Amino acid sequence: MVAHAEIRVVHLGGSKINFREPVITNDSRFLLCASGESVKVYSSSSEECVHDLQGHTDLVSGIVRNPSNHLQVYSCSADGTVRLWDFTDGILIKTFIIGYPIYSIYVSENHGGVVFVVVPMANDKSSELFQLVAVHLPLSGDQEVEARELSAVLCDVSPSGAASFGRKGEYIAAVKGLQLEVFFFKNQKSHRFFLKPGNKKGAKNAFTCVSCHPKEDCIATGHEDGKIRLWRNFNQKKEYTYSTLHWHHGAVNTLQFTPEGTNLLSGGIESVLVQWHYTQENQKDFLPRLGGAITHIAVSPDGSLFCTSHSDNKITIIQSCVKVSAIIQGLVKGEGVRTDLTIDPRSKALVLNGKPGHLQFYSLHRDKLLYNLDIVQQEYIHEEGLDQFEVVKAAFDTRGDWLATVEERTQKGSELEINLKLWAYDEQTQSFMLNTTVTAPHEDQIIAMCFSPSPEITMLVTISFDGHFKAWLLADHSDTKEGASWSCDFVGGYHHLKPGCCCFSADGSLLAVGFQEVVTVWSPSWELLTTLSQPPGAIRELCFGRLSCSKYLLGTSTKNQLCCWNLLTCSLEWSTPVDVSLLQADPLSENMAAFCSQSGCSDLFVFKPGEPRPLYSQKALCTGKVQRAVFAPRDQMLESCEEHAQWLNRSQLYFLTQHMDLMTFSTKTEEDRLLASSKLLMVDDSVAVTPFYLLLGKHRQQQEALTNPMAERIQLPQGSIAIKELLYTPAHVLPSASFLCSMFVRSLLISSSSASEEKEPVEEEMESEEEDSEGEAELRDARQDLGGSAAWGPGEELGAPALTKAQERELRRVKHFDHSWLSSVLEC
Amino acid sequence: MASFKSTKIPIYPKLGEKVTPDTLYWKNYKAPVQIKEFGAVTSIDFSSLAPHNYAVTASTRIHIYGPFSTEPVKTFTRFKDTAYSGKFRSDGQLLVAGCEDSVVRLFDVSGKVALRVFKGHTKGVHVTDFTSDCYHILTGSDDYTCRLWDIPNSTELTSYKEHTDYIRCGTTSKLNRDIFITGSYDHTLRVFDARVEKSVMTMDHSQPVESVLLYPSEGLLVSAGGRYVKVWDLLKGGQPLVSLKNHHKTVTCLSLSSNGQRLLSASLDRHVKIYNTTNYKVVHNFDYAASILSLALAPDDESIVVGMTNGVLSIKHRKSPEEKREMVGKQRMQPVYRIFVKGRNYVPKKDDFLVSKPVKSHLAKYDKQLKKFNISKALDTALESWRRNRKPEITVAVMKELDRRGTLKNALAGRDEQNLSQLLNFLIGNVVDPRFTPVLVTATEMILDIYQAVVGQSSVVDRQLVRLQELVEREVDYQQDLLEVLGMLDTLFATSLPRKEVPCPGSSRPNGLAEGSLGAPGPQLQAA
Repeated sequence: MVAHAEIRVVHLGGSKINFREPVITNDSRFLLCASGESVKVYSSSSEECVHDLQGHTDLVSGIVRNPSNHLQVYSCSADGTVRLWDFTDGILIKTFIIGYPIYSIYVSENHGGVVFVVVPMANDKSSELFQLVAVHLPLSGDQEVEARELSAVLCDVSPSGAASFGRKGEYIAAVKGLQLEVFFFKNQKSHRFFLKPGNKKGAKNAFTCVSCHPKEDCIATGHEDGKIRLWRNFNQKKEYTYSTLHWHHGAVNTLQFTPEGTNLLSGGIESVLVQWHYTQENQKDFLPRLGGAITHIAVSPDGSLFCTSHSDNKITIIQSCVKVSAIIQGLVKGEGVRTDLTIDPRSKALVLNGKPGHLQFYSLHRDKLLYNLDIVQQEYIHEEGLDQFEVVKAAFDTRGDWLATVEERTQKGSELEINLKLWAYDEQTQSFMLNTTVTAPHEDQIIAMCFSPSPEITMLVTISFDGHFKAWLLADHSDTKEGASWSCDFVGGYHHLKPGCCCFSADGSLLAVGFQEVVTVWSPSWELLTTLSQPPGAIRELCFGRLSCSKYLLGTSTKNQLCCWNLLTCSLEWSTPVDVSLLQADPLSENMAAFCSQSGCSDLFVFKPGEPRPLYSQKALCTGKVQRAVFAPRDQMLESCEEHAQWLNRSQLYFLTQHMDLMTFSTKTEEDRLLASSKLLMVDDSVAVTPFYLLLGKHRQQQEALTNPMAERIQLPQGSIAIKELLYTPAHVLPSASFLCSMFVRSLLISSSSASEEKEPVEEEMESEEEDSEGEAELRDARQDLGGSAAWGPGEELGAPALTKAQERELRRVKHFDHSWLSSVLEC
Repeated sequence: MASFKSTKIPIYPKLGEKVTPDTLYWKNYKAPVQIKEFGAVTSIDFSSLAPHNYAVTASTRIHIYGPFSTEPVKTFTRFKDTAYSGKFRSDGQLLVAGCEDSVVRLFDVSGKVALRVFKGHTKGVHVTDFTSDCYHILTGSDDYTCRLWDIPNSTELTSYKEHTDYIRCGTTSKLNRDIFITGSYDHTLRVFDARVEKSVMTMDHSQPVESVLLYPSEGLLVSAGGRYVKVWDLLKGGQPLVSLKNHHKTVTCLSLSSNGQRLLSASLDRHVKIYNTTNYKVVHNFDYAASILSLALAPDDESIVVGMTNGVLSIKHRKSPEEKREMVGKQRMQPVYRIFVKGRNYVPKKDDFLVSKPVKSHLAKYDKQLKKFNISKALDTALESWRRNRKPEITVAVMKELDRRGTLKNALAGRDEQNLSQLLNFLIGNVVDPRFTPVLVTATEMILDIYQAVVGQSSVVDRQLVRLQELVEREVDYQQDLLEVLGMLDTLFATSLPRKEVPCPGSSRPNGLAEGSLGAPGPQLQAA
């Protein structure tokens, strides 16, 4: 993919964090989850990402705690390796190469040195059958170890999370389809239990998930029809029993026993966490409205925290008293992205629709979701097969004061419901407030909308399949109480043709609307100025040039044409036969980016409308069509002098591929800078690192050092000869204590003073001087205690006028030195 | 976690007229008091003296009413024939009236017999007025003449015979004792100066003039005749300023509101229109039961008195401020539920431990039921009679919410006869309301689906179903008619729109003519 050494196409975060069950560490401080090709370590209290464990080369498909070391986790990946990590430091400890793509991983405390992984049954990767194998991890000091000692445990298991270890690891239960299989390790035998398909009353008996009670012989299974069955007595083949719990109306997605087995947690599409009391099964607690469908539940080993993964790429951390304590939200992507990628001019955040009925504001620079804006403002009913309102369009005006959104709901057999909503930015709450709702703004779907960039007028233009375009104006009704609201100002059309795209010129003086093959250019007073056309092929996209190229209008048509019209002469300037799927103008420069799809790949051309040669081109950017793209202005301008990288100086280009991966272009200089900043942020602490913490933490450390001089005091000159002499010589051979003291003191002071002066920072001099005075007072006391026959004293000092310079210096040094240790010595 | 989001009740834009300060002002009158007179009320005049009595001329009598009396305070009956134009003098002491028998009579307000009788006209006198110096009387008559009379001597001073048709209106200047204006059926307005032999100014109204009115500044003159109200600038030599055509029958009377900011015109089309005198836009409109002949406003707009052809005198009094406050107070005195306020303004002390209580959001009853998925109960709550009748938008919003949840059919099913007829009643009342139609049509279809098996078992329900069918059929007809009209209008617009050639660039092929389709019906707007 790398064509130029300097410009690379890179993935931008926001991978799925709900792919597999997250893991809570033993001390409940961290939460680990698989996120694309890496494992992310979040702080469970502050929701911040602490580490990103990178090393896998393919999708990470499972994480488990190392049962023998609570500071380590195993992760497995589709690249065929199991890796052992130290998550507190974010270090890769070991890599075990299995050789097959791994889909799940399980461990048990009672099976030391063994991990259980799910791998494809046959060696060919296209196989649909999976098996659970036990892998004996070889004890070797090497970083990379090949683990070839595999032994099959269960055949035909489902690839994801449908197996669980029973009491003390004596058996493992796995479900698939209509079959529950329990494998006993003791006698290496497996029991299978089948259910009928059960089609009456729409009941679907298929298993979906399984969880084993940690203390008793009990297996809980979840089913398609929302039932939970508790299996007991399953070590006999015939006399097994089961009881049924039923609350969920949709399939039970996940089940989990708490570590003590007192509660059973279940979740499904209703997005309600249900806590069943194990002994009193009719008692249950609910935690409703968690957002999206619950896909996984994890419980911390001490049972104090639960966490639930949701289908909207979110992890909710819940305290055991069924109270939400934190939410980790990732970027919501996937099939549901229907709005264009837009940039909020205020926060510079990427805006697209995320959770159902919401717009998400995603900070690109921090790779973090800022907030969700509720657009639909309706209770979301978590049920399959319902037609819900979806946000399909969003647009900001140039200053970010107004946001326009379109939501629509298509229902079988009834007419389309469309709402156009206009949101005003509220300075006080720092968010968007609903100003006007227009129900049924058009008779058909709205294809596109754009705000007029002119500073004098706040105007929105919407175009629709009903053949009209409408201009909406902000009208100030200051005489009535309601304040400013929006109303329709103009309805335009052209020969009853369906419009396809619209675009304002950079100064807002022209509006171009593409009607099939014809481009109509309108003035702000709604006069049709001119029509442009370059048949054949309907106009797909229109884009005005910016800055020095503002006299050009670019259009792409369905019949592989990119045309550039000169608006001054109203004539075609140039056109090239190229199939442009997406045309995007950089708001800060003259540059245009055109994504072309050719033979299953996408190419990028960056060019200026006025110049015939493209500034930059990259072939085979990604497979498939580029879905959406946006130029995001940079915080700081880059100073790249490379000619083909200059177009990235002012803004960065982001795009969504066919697989809904968010990608961007990065240059070498930028990567260097990022690297430098990440080093700057590197802190050994385990808690979340924010710039704020860095600032405050440094300050606090300094304060601690200042307020706690004990720390320095402890450093006693252990190794000095004087001490040895004092301690190891028998007492009866020693001279008198008073004589010894002075000698001892002097020897010590001089020997360590030179070193201490170097160590002491300048700013602490004041502090130490104060301490010195204290120390001196103590010294004086001590001398009096000892009999006052010291060899030197203040009186003598004053009395001896002729001191050499060297002596003076020495004295000052002595004065500066910390004498406090003496008191501690004396205390001994 | 996120709390329950209550059902969104859309706020529909208020249809009809907008609430402006004018409508508030002019709506602030009590229900009219109606008094039956003996014949058509041709003239009403307020006395400028304190109690502001008013003289009502109808048939052969002049009644004087007190400001709040429904019985006449005084009656003048000494007319041989139909009396016209009873007018008070500016000091409120004297009253003058013309008569069909061509005699002009002057009364003392406290007396009964005419003080003076002015004879000289040969036909009925429809116009009488006092000049501003209070010593002269102006009269205008069907004999085409207008005359000035001296009150002390009861002699005729001057006579002008310039009009060529009946003189039916006239007014004197309040600033100059010599100036007066008359309007005649010969379509002209004439300004006379008593010091000059001939009229000094003539204006052509081009309709028989029914009423003239001078502004307090006397710079502007308003005349009414035919369906038009015209304003003339006297200072510019009688230049027409505006011509208003807001009535569809002859305008009979003009009046100014007390501050001179609003002009009122009454017409045979039974409307009184109120104009803003700065932009001459209609700001308000009163409807009356019969054609209006006369109109007068009490000083300070305390009451509006209107006389009609059927002899009914309608008096509207302004609501007093106390009454107004009472109304507001009544609305405010209805707290829905009381909040326990003890300790509400307690300021926590230094070592108090604060326990924050989660703010409980109040949910409507149907929302509570929806939260618990009690769909039938929620629909029942939404269909409660007061809600159904007063706030149909809530009922419809709940139905829409149920439809969104895919459970409307379940909620509608399983109802007994009474319940069903209630539901059908609601549908009959609201299904053709354009705001509710999309939702209610779905609901109606569902009801028909569900209950088609039991059709014919209940006569009440059957009758309602038939009514519903008729309603829908009628609505379809209306829509068809409207579409036809729309088509006609489109053709008219298309022909009247100027065709403009659009410059077509040479390189691109010409694409025919450009025309923006204008005037599509505006969508529903709703302010949040």
